[in-house]
Amino acid sequence: MLRLPRFKYLRPRSAREAAGMAAEKGARAMFVAGGTDLYPKLKRRQFEVDTLIGLDFLGHDIRNGSTECVIDAGVTLSAASRDSHLKGGFGGYAEAAGLVSSPPLRNAGTIGGNLCVDTRCNYYDMTYEWRKAAGFCMKKDGDICLVAPSSPRCWAVSSSDTAPMAIALGGVVTLVGLDGERELPVSALYRDDGIEYMAKRPDEVVTSLRLRAEPGLRSAYVKLRRRGSIDFPIAGAAVAARMEGDTIAACRIVLSAVASYPLDAEAACTFLKGRRLDRETVQEAAELAAKPAKPLDNADLSHFWRKRMVRVVVEQALERLSDQPGGFDS
Amino acid sequence: MKEEILRDVERAVLTLNVNGEPAQLLVPVHKTLLEVLREDMQLTGTKHGCELGECGTCTVLIDGKPHLSCLVLPIQVEGRAITTVEGMASGSDLDPLQTAFAEIGAAQCGYCTPGILLSARSLLEENPRPSRGEIKEALAGNLCRCTGYTKIVEAIELAAGRMA
Ligand SMILES: Cc1cc2nc3c(=O)[nH]c(=O)nc-3n(C[C@H](O)[C@H](O)[C@H](O)COP(=O)(O)OP(=O)(O)OC[C@H]3O[C@@H](n4cnc5c(N)ncnc54)[C@H](O)[C@@H]3O)c2cc1C
Ligand code: SF4
Ligand code: FES
Ligand code: FES
Repeated sequence: MLRLPRFKYLRPRSAREAAGMAAEKGARAMFVAGGTDLYPKLKRRQFEVDTLIGLDFLGHDIRNGSTECVIDAGVTLSAASRDSHLKGGFGGYAEAAGLVSSPPLRNAGTIGGNLCVDTRCNYYDMTYEWRKAAGFCMKKDGDICLVAPSSPRCWAVSSSDTAPMAIALGGVVTLVGLDGERELPVSALYRDDGIEYMAKRPDEVVTSLRLRAEPGLRSAYVKLRRRGSIDFPIAGAAVAARMEGDTIAACRIVLSAVASYPLDAEAACTFLKGRRLDRETVQEAAELAAKPAKPLDNADLSHFWRKRMVRVVVEQALERLSDQPGGFDS
Repeated sequence: MKEEILRDVERAVLTLNVNGEPAQLLVPVHKTLLEVLREDMQLTGTKHGCELGECGTCTVLIDGKPHLSCLVLPIQVEGRAITTVEGMASGSDLDPLQTAFAEIGAAQCGYCTPGILLSARSLLEENPRPSRGEIKEALAGNLCRCTGYTKIVEAIELAAGRMA
């Protein structure tokens, strides 16, 4: 059997207390919310910790105002995917939450955990025995990268479905740490590094995600994976656009699972600004969006095919925008 | 004092509500709910498969919703209602889903069956007359290597019809 390692479980009553515990314990402790990412990784000995700090105190509410929606970090992916306000105002976010893994996993996995989910790699997300036999890599226990042996860095893949969507929607997280509370755009939460993939401090707890409602806002998320359920994304496109009449006033396209962080497709957005979403525009934008994506051979299926499919998922996501109420002819 | 102990523990005395009965147990906190059910409570109806959240055979209901017991710590679900396959029948009366599975032959090796029965039970409680698509979506976290799913879906439809 694959068992969890022995650990202590701490139960802070607030984010402040949790941050204090994390700072005191250092690298030997980790936060846990739903545990759906952390527990499999602990079973495979991808982390070595002796203490878990339970985030059971996190809120479970989705608060809708006229100008914004605040989602507590403890909200489950199931609850977020079914919430009628999120589905109405931030459809792409609800979709992304509903496409994570499988229904029972989404009943436990939280939206905060999904923003902080570990980067993935075929050589890393394996049991200790497998990794020992194949040779360890620099993300855990070793010193080289097995995918790109001459590379000084790790290229493990950002595999969150909701993070790209939260970035496309201009989301902002609230972080509570030892030094108090601060807000950070989700786009600033990540670093281009497979190992140190989060830009927040380790003692900081994500307590909520804020999405701002804007007139004419539309969003969509399209995910590629081997099976229609359970699997992590191997490519994905999160698209949000603010429409003025039938013209795109502003838009953001963020790609999943093609880099160590959610990848902004800026050139495509610059191109789309001020244009109508007709078929030709969609195709040209999708070509531009796919250019910066450089998937490596460290996730499911062939990376050449994944690269080709990035254009397709962006195209599908943009088409979905034009299908939404008030959409345009293509 | 009790509060202090509860906030920093390696072992814990937990009261779990399993199939409507409270059970008090002293368990190491790193034991999963799956392990505690099978090894400490002898409730071996809940199966272990991948133990990594990928197969769904360890599914139990927590407050009526399917959860993967291989990824749940008992300390995180104290006080919540846990239902395992052993809790589906009332006395000698099987749940209509269990009867339908037996009649239609929706189990072959049977390893996935407890998890699928519980996912289906949760679905029917929320949605007594699900469409085929809704049944498939509800089972999208439960793998079956034997049946090809057709008879499983048919058995759920049969049970739903009888319960309506
Ligand atoms: C079989 C399988 C399939 C999966 N498929 C997908 C998928 O398709 N898409 C996807 O995006 N994910 C997938 N996941 C990963 C995971 O289940 C989800 O990302 C989930 O949302 C994680 O949330 P959690 O609450 O369970 O996080 P946890 O496992 O509790 O935590 C994950 C990480 O985030 C940290 N953390 C958690 N909450 C906070 C917080 N509030 N503040 C600061 N740090 C925090 C933890 O320390 C840990 O490092 C899959 C997992 C499995 C096992
Ligand atoms: S990208 Fe390289 S260093 Fe990073 S996890 Fe994979 S093999 Fe290891
Ligand atoms: S044993 Fe829990 S999901 Fe496979
Ligand atoms: S009956 Fe054998 S796995 Fe489903």
